[in-house]
Parts: sequence; C-alpha cells; structure tokens
Amino acid sequence: MCVGVPAKVIKIEGEKALVDVMGAKMTVGILFVPEIALNNYVLIHAGQAMVIIDEEYANASIKEWRELLDARDKDFFTS
Amino acid sequence: MLETKIFSHPELTRRLADAVAKSAETFIKREGRMPAVMEVCGSHTMAFAKSGIKTRLRDYVRLIAGPGCPVCVTDQKAIDAMIRLSEKNNVILCSFGDMMRVPGSGSSLLQAKTNGSDIRVIYSPSDSIQIAEDHPDKEVIFLGIGFETTIPALVAAVREAEKKGLTNFSIWMTTKLVAPVLRALLQSGEVELDGFLLPGHVSIVTGKQSYRFLNDDYQIPGVITGFEPVQLLSGLLKLLNQLHEGRTGIINDYTYVVNEAGNFTAQHYMETYLTRADEEWRGIGEIRGSGLVLREKYARFDAKKKFNVLPAVPKKTKCRCGDIIRGVITPEECVLFNKACTPSKPVGPCMVSSEGTCAAHYHFMRED
Ligand code: SF4
Repeated sequence: MCVGVPAKVIKIEGEKALVDVMGAKMTVGILFVPEIALNNYVLIHAGQAMVIIDEEYANASIKEWRELLDARDKDFFTS
Repeated sequence: MLETKIFSHPELTRRLADAVAKSAETFIKREGRMPAVMEVCGSHTMAFAKSGIKTRLRDYVRLIAGPGCPVCVTDQKAIDAMIRLSEKNNVILCSFGDMMRVPGSGSSLLQAKTNGSDIRVIYSPSDSIQIAEDHPDKEVIFLGIGFETTIPALVAAVREAEKKGLTNFSIWMTTKLVAPVLRALLQSGEVELDGFLLPGHVSIVTGKQSYRFLNDDYQIPGVITGFEPVQLLSGLLKLLNQLHEGRTGIINDYTYVVNEAGNFTAQHYMETYLTRADEEWRGIGEIRGSGLVLREKYARFDAKKKFNVLPAVPKKTKCRCGDIIRGVITPEECVLFNKACTPSKPVGPCMVSSEGTCAAHYHFMRED
C-alpha cells in the first residue's frame, strides 16, 4: 500500500485537486502540499498528494543513469 | 514531461546488478561473509522479489526483509476488535483492502463481511467521511493502520469530519512509526546488520534527518531509495560503497521526492491532532512510543474510546510472522510455508499482504 503513483495536476479547487494518473482522472486531497500548482507532478498516497516531484532532480538522476548506460565500456560503478 | 521508464530499464538494471555483485564480492573476501542489508519497507521487499534482484543477488547480498509492512505488523487484537464492532447492526466498518483477509484469532474481516457485517473496502480514508455523511443513522469506523506515509491521510479524514461536524465517524488508530521499531531491532541485537535500505515514501514525510540516530547511536549506515529496479540497485551500491569506506552516514538516493526535513505541513497536522503512544506490534510486542493516537481534544473521533470492546485471546498458531518481521528467519524456514499456508489460504498476515515477505517469496522466489 506504500507505492505512490506520480500524477499530473489538472485542476485545483480548495483542498482538492483533479489529477491525471497515467490517463485516468481522479480527485485527491492537497492539504499537505499547499504550494501545489497546475501541471506539477505529485506522488499520491491513500488519496492525498504527499509531495511535489522535483522534476529537475528526477531528470538529473535519469541523465546520470543514461550517461552510465551510454558509457558501456567504462566501469563507472566499481571505480 | 516526467520520464520514468528508465527506472526499470533492463540493460541498466543488469549492469547495476553486476556492479552490486562485484562490490559485494570485495566485502565477502574481506569479511568472510555476505553483507547483511535490511530493506525496511514492505514495498521494497516486494520490489526486490518481483524484479528478480533478490534471486540474482542471492549469493552476494543477504537481503533481510524488515518490519515495514503495515498489514503484517498490525496486532491481531485490532482485527478481532474490528470484527466485534462490525457485528453491531448500526456499524459500517471501513478498511484498506489489504486488511480484509488477515486472520484474527477466530476469523477475518472478509469472513465477517460474508457473514453479513457491513464492511467496505476503501482506497482513501476520506472516502469513509463520504460514507458517514451518506449514512447519518450509522456509526462509521475506519481501521486506521499505517506508517508515517499513511498517517497524514488519516489525519486529513479526521480534520474533514471535524470541519463537517460529523458525530458518527471515528478511527481505530493502530499506527506505527519507523524510528522506534528500528531502534528496538538494533537494541535486541537478534539480527546482525551492516546497513539499511530506508523507506522512500515514509521519508517523504519524515525527511532524511529522521534517521540521524542510526549514525549517532548505532554507527550503522543507510540509504533512502525508491522502488524501481534501478533505484533499488543504486541504493544497494551506494550502501556497499559506504561499507567499503567505513562510513556510517545516511545517503538520500531519492532526492526528487525526499528532502532533509520532510513534509513540514504533514508534520504540523500530525502534531496538531496526534500524540505518541505505546503500540503493540504483531509478533514483536509493545514498543514504547512507537505509534500515534488522537489527542484528548479529538477523543470524539477515537473509536477505542467511543466503543468498549474486550480484546479476544490471540490464537496460537505455528505462524512465524513475528520472526519474519524481525528478520530472524526467512519464509522457507516456517514449516507451514507453501504447505498449510499459501496466498489462497493464508495462515498469517505475511502471506496475505501485497507487501508481505511470505507472499513475495511465494510468488517470485519459490523453487518448486
Ligand atoms: S508462511 Fe504463513 S504461517 Fe509461515 S510465517 Fe509466513 S504467513 Fe506465517
């Protein structure tokens, strides 16, 4: 029950927001993320948005791992 | 656009797994044994088994499942109490789906529902508020289980009930906190551990700083990590690197959702509505200050205070979930595993829960 799903914020209304979870729309609570804005990605748990995903950080880790993949001949991991 | 496919990229996963194995070999040569790593969270346990990483690393890293499956650690008495309450004819009981098949001392919530009790499976605690509004003549009780990730959602429901002036809604709080149980495990010394993979989603609420005690009091390292194969392996690799370098700090390897101090707003609401209490853990017993209950000011929403239920005597079985939760044995060491106990006929919660260690081993690591 702990697997949070990333969802995109479509509409904000008071303490609730309409979000898109992989194409499905649902209403979630946003009490714990007061700084939320449209088009943010949030992690949902038990019907509440718990955190706004830091896209810069997410993309940075993705970039880091991509570089590791691309540099196949070098052994980055054990250096 | 958030691109998350890379987290389960097969080639990257394979390369990272090779790197972890190689790093672990160095440890094994030096120490004469495999590094022992506890993944605290039940979702990590399931992800390790499902992705095949646990099997791949079987001879390199001793991955020990920890106490972070909320269903597995819920005391049998709570389920018994819920069943008794559900038998009252003015009660609607609401629960997360995972709890339905967990055996109490006599039966389960699912059996109680089959016998006619009004028990509803809900996804969000707030859904039970709607049910309470729709049924003003009924008492709506929510079975409030969970760790720090879920506790704010329970608080949100109480706050909603308060704002709407509901008098027919209450929560049976049986929540659990990560730090006290980790302390209890380390103090017992039952399991030799070299480090922890720390729960990514609990850490969203508590922050990296909540694990400082691991370093300060026990000199044991930890890495906060996510749930995809690449994230699990990256976390393991960073943990092994710490062991090689003799460092015991906490690394946050899930930076795009976890920060240093956690979610302040969630912490503020938890502090406003809840207070620390001693909590019973299934198979472990009572741990001081290891749970949160409603403050006296909100006693009207506290099902334990609102309804008088006598606890049943726990049924003695050969189930060894308690030992599994503490990391003392593996499921295969339980005589009932894959014999009397299977997911379709579970004897204990570790086989019922979608995050249970016995279920993970049954579905993904069985050798028959
Ligand atoms: S296999 Fe079944 S009986 Fe054995 S510890 Fe796991 S849940 Fe309990």
